[in-house]
Parts: sequence; structure tokens; C-alpha cells
Amino acid sequence: MSDHDEHDHDHDHGDHDHEHDPAARRTALRVGALETLLTEKGFVQSAAVDAIIRHYEQDIGPMNGARVVARAWTDPAYKRRLLENATAAVAEFGFGGAQGEHLVAVENGPRVHNVIVCTLCSCYPWPVLGLPPTWYKSPAYRSRVVREPRAVLREMGLELPESVEIRVWDSSAEVRYLVLPEQPADASGLDESALANWVTRDAMIGVGKPHAPERR
Amino acid sequence: MSEPIFADDDTIAPPRQNGELVFAAPWESRVFGVAAALRERGLFTWDEFRVHLIAEIADWERNHAPGKTYSYYARWQAALERLLAEKGLCTPAELEAREHALAARPAGHDH
Repeated sequence: MSDHDEHDHDHDHGDHDHEHDPAARRTALRVGALETLLTEKGFVQSAAVDAIIRHYEQDIGPMNGARVVARAWTDPAYKRRLLENATAAVAEFGFGGAQGEHLVAVENGPRVHNVIVCTLCSCYPWPVLGLPPTWYKSPAYRSRVVREPRAVLREMGLELPESVEIRVWDSSAEVRYLVLPEQPADASGLDESALANWVTRDAMIGVGKPHAPERR
Repeated sequence: MSEPIFADDDTIAPPRQNGELVFAAPWESRVFGVAAALRERGLFTWDEFRVHLIAEIADWERNHAPGKTYSYYARWQAALERLLAEKGLCTPAELEAREHALAARPAGHDH
């Protein structure tokens, strides 16, 4: 490994702690080396990479899943379709593509609470939730939520009564899961677009519950 | 003893339109974007990539030195390197050479 830690170039992203971590800087250099090589070989173009990053940062994300959940809350026929074949049901919104094939929706109820994980890596339903948060990919979450889901959920701020069974769904290349949370009692009577604002990413992973949107 | 679930960078991430920040540093977005672009070009499938990602993550979990911070996108980079070598698209030697060339540049020319 080469030593380049004495470099000092804080412009643009100097506010990231990662830039001061030698291991992260080494990986950053390696990533830069790989991209320039692949560009020269004609395998990638910077503009295409930029467009992909923009797409995942701005266009796809948990708001897609929130719209799906809000419709399931307000339209019983849609909810049936979602629970029967989630891939087809989210395609009604135009959501689909990479990492969204074989989507399964799991429904929470008074006695059952579902939570999703990928124990081996980071499988996650991109078209409806975007890319996974950092903690979802952490070794701690991946191993612990299977062994002690109730304790993990409690640490994440979700206290469930002992009477509620917790089901942990391990995502894979074959199946991605989306949790269909229960509609909060105080959200009754709202229309679909208002309800979508109650649905959080964490509620669709199963580590939180839907709640009233925060005022900004 | 249980490990904490939250990584520091997750809790300080500024909110974004669709939730929180997707990438914690520019290089994380580049290595993600490069893999996605190669896959869009049909050079490999996500399933092929995933095999290497799982192996790299498992390897880190078994062998990392105590106190080392886990970096998901560093595993992603390692998995991509292995897959590209396997496919004959980019050899480790080429990559090493380019990394050394980039590291040798004067400060202020890192982009």
C-alpha cells in the first residue's frame, strides 16, 4: 500500500470525517484508480455514473414505498393485490427494475410485527425504499436482529408488547421484503396523499411505526 | 456485550428529500455508480456481484483486526475488484499501478 496520508486537499468535501480516516482515504484512492481505468477501457462513462448516482440520491427512495403503503391503507382491493404479488402491485405505480424483482409485502397486525434484514450482505427493495441506510448494512444489525429482535427494536425506539410475535424476514437475491405497517388510529379519515406522509422508511423496514409528519 | 446498531455517520447525515443522505462520502457514491453502470452495460449481473459481496463481507467479519471500523462500501469496492478480475476486465496489477500513480501526484490534484 502506498502512503499518501500527507496529502492535504480539503476542498469540496472537507467536512466529511471520512476524508481524515486513512483507511477511507486509501479506499477512495483505489475507487478513483478503478474508475479512471475502466473509463479509459471504455467500460464506463463518467456521465453515466453521475446519472446513476443522481437517480439513487434523488429519484428513488422511501417515498415510493410510502405511496404504495398509503394506497394499501385506503384501497382494500389494492392491498389484496399487494399481499398476493407485490412486484406486480408496485409496478402499477411504475416502480420496478433492479433489486425489485420478487418483492413480497408482509403485513403487520395487532399480534404480528414484521422486520426485514439481509443477514449475508445488504439485499433491500431498491425500487420502493431506495438504497439501505448505513445501520441496515452494519454487522451488528444483520446478526443481532435475528438473535434478539425485541432488544434491537427496543434500542431503535420501538417497544413492542410481549404478546406481539416478531417475525424476522431474511432478504436474499430471490426475495426482497417490504413491511406493510398498520395504519395509525389517529390517521383515520385522511386521503391517500396525506397518508403517504405518515409512512416512514423505518416503518417499512419494521424498525419503527408510522407517525404524523413533522412540521418544518 | 452487544454492539451498537447505529454508525456515527448515520446519525449525523443531513436529511434529504427522500430520507437521509444515501452516501457518506463522494467515493462511496462513485464505487456504487461504477458498479451499477457496468451492470447496466451488461458486463455482469447483480447476482454475480452479490456472490463476491457476500464473500468479502464474510471475510471481513471473520478476519478483521479488533477495533477496525466496518466500511460497507470498502467491501463493495473489494467485491467489484474481484469480479472484474474474474471477468478479465481489469487485473489487480493494472489497478495497483494506477493507484500508485494517483497517490504519487502532488497534493491538490486528487480529482
